[in-house]
Amino acid sequence: MALYTHEVPGGAAWSTPVKAGRLVTLTALGDDANCSVLLVGADRVDRMNIPDTLKAQMSARILPPMVLMSDRGLALASVVASTLDWHDCLGGFGHDAHLARFGASSYQADRNAWRRAARTGLVSELTKHGLGERDLHAPVNFFSRVAIGEDGSSLAFVPGHARAGDTVTLRTEQDLLLVLSTALHPMSAADLPAGVRVDVELAPAVGTDDASYTFRAESARALEMTRRAVA
Amino acid sequence: MTTLDSSPAIEAGPVLDATIGAGDGALVRVPAGGRLRIVDLFGNQAADTLLYDADDIDNRYSAFDTIREQQAVFLTTGSRLLSTRLDELAVITDDTVGRHDTIGGACAQESNVIRYGEHVRHQHACRQTFLAYGAAAGIGQRELGHNINFFMNVPVTPAGGLQFDDGLSAPGKYVELTASRDLLVLLSNCPQLNNPCNGWDPTPLQLQGWWS
Repeated sequence: MALYTHEVPGGAAWSTPVKAGRLVTLTALGDDANCSVLLVGADRVDRMNIPDTLKAQMSARILPPMVLMSDRGLALASVVASTLDWHDCLGGFGHDAHLARFGASSYQADRNAWRRAARTGLVSELTKHGLGERDLHAPVNFFSRVAIGEDGSSLAFVPGHARAGDTVTLRTEQDLLLVLSTALHPMSAADLPAGVRVDVELAPAVGTDDASYTFRAESARALEMTRRAVA
Repeated sequence: MTTLDSSPAIEAGPVLDATIGAGDGALVRVPAGGRLRIVDLFGNQAADTLLYDADDIDNRYSAFDTIREQQAVFLTTGSRLLSTRLDELAVITDDTVGRHDTIGGACAQESNVIRYGEHVRHQHACRQTFLAYGAAAGIGQRELGHNINFFMNVPVTPAGGLQFDDGLSAPGKYVELTASRDLLVLLSNCPQLNNPCNGWDPTPLQLQGWWS
């Protein structure tokens, strides 16, 4: 059952609490969209931890049916569906320095079309919830792909990876704080950031035949630890 | 114990020379321009390391900003270790191993349970060491970012895979950082017993520092 829809314009940032048991679908509203996402657990301290997520599931990218894990070894959300099989988690968020190629931009000159970096927006949103710069962990850059060269010796942004209409759906495994920015990926050469639509709906009941449970023993254990934490 | 190199530049002798036992750690203040050498005395011993601007601990090492800006996953000589504000905290100025991991994170009791099962929950882990030694500088859970794993080998593949491999390090190999500003270096000599990151047998590290 659909609960609500919210469109985030390109270059903006947003945060919202999302209760456990929801499907959150992000939809790219233009080519080369990027959505840098941070997740914080129900206690608003326990952050999504990308290194722990990667090493538990032996991956250097995010794709279904991986479980996004926290500092304290809990499942925060499961990636249940996506039209893309690669979402970047190595490139980090963009800084003001990455906007230099566009020249000066300000609210005075450009009003709400002014250029803002992901970091600025993410820190602002975190701070609204009593968190802040110290809580910055690595984000998932949904819709973006950074190609890994042979033996990790190079990293290169892949233009054209995401097209308008591409989607990714997360299932919340506990009450979360969702923090996101639609600023350009820091390695992107695109001119304008695309917007992202967020659709939130109730998730169907999950059984132990769920793809994220059966993916790996590690993903099942993270989901089990969350079940215990919220029991 | 392995005899250490003695290059002409360090003949004056280190101002810091300490052995860090397996599962122990350290919090070291390194002044701008100071050089800190971490020696893998017995080989294949992960040195989990975090860096902080000594004047502002919120300005801390950022693994993913560092690898993006150098456009390579591994750290080695010449790698600029950047903060979450893109400030250069330190540069790797010497490295006899060739590459070091910074995407594998640190072990914790909780992540060990996820990886290996409930039976490992009460084994010692790097996070406890970080928190124990960080406390004196106000470094708590929220101040722990994603760390460097010196001497650890975590290959990634063009297909997006990742694995933990036997280390490339060997007895007496070392890495040396030169501080770009006054730093706090928080180090955990990794106690992990459940994968090859410490050669299945955690061993001591040596810390040496040269500064005035």
